[in-house]
Amino acid sequence: MDFGPYLILASLEGAVTAAVLALTAVGLSLVFGVMRVVNVAHGEFFMLGAVLAWWVTSMIGGHPALGFGVALVLVPVLVGLTAAVADVTILKRINYDPERTIIATIGILYIIQQLTLMTYGPDARPVTPPFNTRLAIPWFEFGENGLQMYWPWGLSTTSYKLGVIGAAAAVLVGVWLLMVRTKIGLLMRATQLDREMALAFGIPVERVYAIVFGIGAGLAAMAAVLIVPIQQAHYLMGGDPLLLSFIVVIIGGLGSLPGTVVAAVLIGLSDGIISVFFSPTLAKILATLLVALVLVFRPQGLFGVKDA
Amino acid sequence: MSIARKSLLLHGGLLALLFALQFLLPAYHQGNLARVMVLASYAIGYNILFGYTGLLSLGHALFFAAGMYGMGLAIYQFGLSPAPALVAGLIAGLLVSAVVGFLALRTAGVAFMIVTLMFAQAGYLTILYYGAYTRGDEGFVIQQAQRVLWGIDLSDATNRYFAAWGLFSICLLLTLWLVQMPFGRVLIAIRENEERARMLGYDVFAHKLAAVILSGTVSAMAGAMYGLLFGYAGASFATVQYSIFPLLWVLLGGAGTVMGPLVGTLFMFYLIDLSSGITSAYMLIAGVVLVLLTLFAPQGLVGEWRARVWRWLP
Repeated sequence: MDFGPYLILASLEGAVTAAVLALTAVGLSLVFGVMRVVNVAHGEFFMLGAVLAWWVTSMIGGHPALGFGVALVLVPVLVGLTAAVADVTILKRINYDPERTIIATIGILYIIQQLTLMTYGPDARPVTPPFNTRLAIPWFEFGENGLQMYWPWGLSTTSYKLGVIGAAAAVLVGVWLLMVRTKIGLLMRATQLDREMALAFGIPVERVYAIVFGIGAGLAAMAAVLIVPIQQAHYLMGGDPLLLSFIVVIIGGLGSLPGTVVAAVLIGLSDGIISVFFSPTLAKILATLLVALVLVFRPQGLFGVKDA
Repeated sequence: MSIARKSLLLHGGLLALLFALQFLLPAYHQGNLARVMVLASYAIGYNILFGYTGLLSLGHALFFAAGMYGMGLAIYQFGLSPAPALVAGLIAGLLVSAVVGFLALRTAGVAFMIVTLMFAQAGYLTILYYGAYTRGDEGFVIQQAQRVLWGIDLSDATNRYFAAWGLFSICLLLTLWLVQMPFGRVLIAIRENEERARMLGYDVFAHKLAAVILSGTVSAMAGAMYGLLFGYAGASFATVQYSIFPLLWVLLGGAGTVMGPLVGTLFMFYLIDLSSGITSAYMLIAGVVLVLLTLFAPQGLVGEWRARVWRWLP
């Protein structure tokens, strides 16, 4: 393949990564923005989503789309409820102290991960995509007869991958509408702005926290359900999304949702492209160093505005 | 009896007990205890920063691995003898912690935790990236012939126990001395109230940097000794899990106590050792202990003991 088609392929793969990453990172960013805590167990909620998606689809027979549709609705709710329970039983009791929350969520990380290992086992298991047509992509080139269109071998994507990108975009719009157009969104924004004042105005801050924690985990789970027909469900799959979401949230500016989405697209695309042309390990080294240096020298994020 | 006397007696007694256990324990537990003492030295290094200075790092595996690979590569790639190799490990830890400290200390709180985590992750990935030299995940074995230090074969169980005891004694006495020195007192003052320490005229950044370097170097020493005593260096020692472990040990034993790191490491080591006989998911125990500690005993075992019984415990 020539360079051009190769680049298109890499960007398409990157776009799928970016779509899933945006969902996961927005979940993390929402939790950080409203609750001011860093949820280290976020990747495990992602993993839990993938594993539960496998479980739901394997329980329901018939057409793959049926089981997948049920999983897409049911799994984020289940994971969200699990997270809300964890919030009420653990995080609420330590008063969301930033450092103790990190330690507690590290504990939750290992509990979820190891319980999955004990029940689901160490195998990676696939989920059948609901629809999966191969779509070839044409490429144009100047030949002897002027501009020619041809179909390079290997340059293709699947309808499912495009579906993932569309679905992720739709969910992100949904989250945005939830935040700006609904009552609960208003309560969340009020709590984010000033927790004490929100309390004084009678907003049930603790319930808002539980809901936000649940929604954050639910978004990660939804991202996992979307990606699991492309990847496979495995009990250790939470590490990479956690690291990448951290990177995205920090580069986008902690707690800023639009910044998070922009950074997710940027990181997802460049991760896809760098990984295709260079070593994936090198891509990760550069990304982690970039994050550390952004935090050191530009703590408000690359797109964030400095607090007065 | 004065407090200094009591504390010297207690810690001296502890070291004497550990020394005597060598002759009393069966071979299996003797090997375990040697491992626990080296890992407890790592925890002591972590405790200097977390317990006494109040800085929570999530990237100490970087320092542990810097010591381990500084020592290991010096032997494995350059054929050095153990004594200069240990020095190489120490210098590697010193340099890495100085750079990380200098950069990471510009941030505070949660950002400090994430920056250290990211540096450690980058370090781990770098070890994998240069797999041609470090042999990546697989790691490399240091042969028995290369582990003879001043004519003492460190692969022998008895010698290994004494070497581990020696390292642990040095680290324990170092913290004991540190907390009574003016320097250690300033660190505690910074932990308690950074603004006040600054207002009293102390250079907070310099003290914190010195704490990071001291903590990182002690951790690197433990890493170098671990590699030398057990004859293996691998990338798994640079993973996030090995940054979480010292945090867990110190929290369990009691942050900001001299004996806490040993108590926590010993307790956790045997908890995991016993549970790994039952299930392969032994990290579950670590997770449950972490959650329970944050909920019910944020001061750890020795810390709770100090709060209730011996208030003079350093």
